[in-house]
Amino acid sequence: PFKRYVEIGRVALVNYGKDYGKLVVIVDVVDQNRALLDAPDTVRSQMNFKRLTLTDIKIDINRVPKKKTLIDAMEKADVKNKWENSSWGRKLIVQKRRASLNDFDRFKLMLAKIKVSRSFIYFSILHHFRAIFS
Amino acid sequence: MQFHQYQVVGRALPTDSDEHPKIYRMKLWATNEVRAKSKFWYFLRKLKKVKKSNGQVLAINEIFEKNPTKIKNYGIWLRYQSRTGYHNMYKEYRDTTLNGAVEQMYTEMASRHRVRFPCIQIIKTATIPAKLCKRDNTKQFHNSKIKFPLMVKKVRPPTRKLKTTYKASRPNLFM
Repeated sequence: PFKRYVEIGRVALVNYGKDYGKLVVIVDVVDQNRALLDAPDTVRSQMNFKRLTLTDIKIDINRVPKKKTLIDAMEKADVKNKWENSSWGRKLIVQKRRASLNDFDRFKLMLAKIKVSRSFIYFSILHHFRAIFS
Repeated sequence: MQFHQYQVVGRALPTDSDEHPKIYRMKLWATNEVRAKSKFWYFLRKLKKVKKSNGQVLAINEIFEKNPTKIKNYGIWLRYQSRTGYHNMYKEYRDTTLNGAVEQMYTEMASRHRVRFPCIQIIKTATIPAKLCKRDNTKQFHNSKIKFPLMVKKVRPPTRKLKTTYKASRPNLFM
């Protein structure tokens, strides 16, 4: 029934608060509601589980490793690539890209969408023609 | 509310009969320095014949946590006033800082026993090594291969600004 567990080495995504969107590693459990988290670019801190969403990625570390050990373990488990190739990670990247478009990019996007829909209409009309006249 | 730990040092004012009164030091918890000084006089009045009007605070310093990223087991001994009398209690908390554990203690006392801040006196606090912890609630986390699933997924918007009264669909609470 449960596939993702809170355990030492579980990678989680912060879904509320100042560090929204960051990937962090659960490095120790304080108590039922809180975990000690660490990430290569943040200070080790504690956070409530309500602010975390667990991912499928788990790395192999001991309880509360040194920063260098943590970074090496993350490299070994290839967390960054696993995340960016997972469907969840890819969706987040696309969302971020969409949010950071400027007006010119949106214009180009609009043209590209029209092109695709026009070619689709052309293709579907052609298809219907062929279906009717053959 | 963030509790801070202060060290307050004070003495009675020097008089003709006592040129160098004894200096007393106290470590206590309060939300700010003003309240800390007030609490200092509260305790000192109970122990010695001195009041704020005939005494002086010599120093007040905040005490900061030495290792705020290390999880520790805190034992807190307290004396509290219930509706029927005074009682002693020993409580254990797991936290990274002593101030966090004290805050947990105050909120727990308020919720479980309806005892508010003025009616609680902290006798002693200590970091307890894992072997000597008494409460099962803290001992269950003394496991280097701890593993448990989260039961319910809390679905909420990432900022308070995006909160709406009505949603189009029911949330999926499965983790």
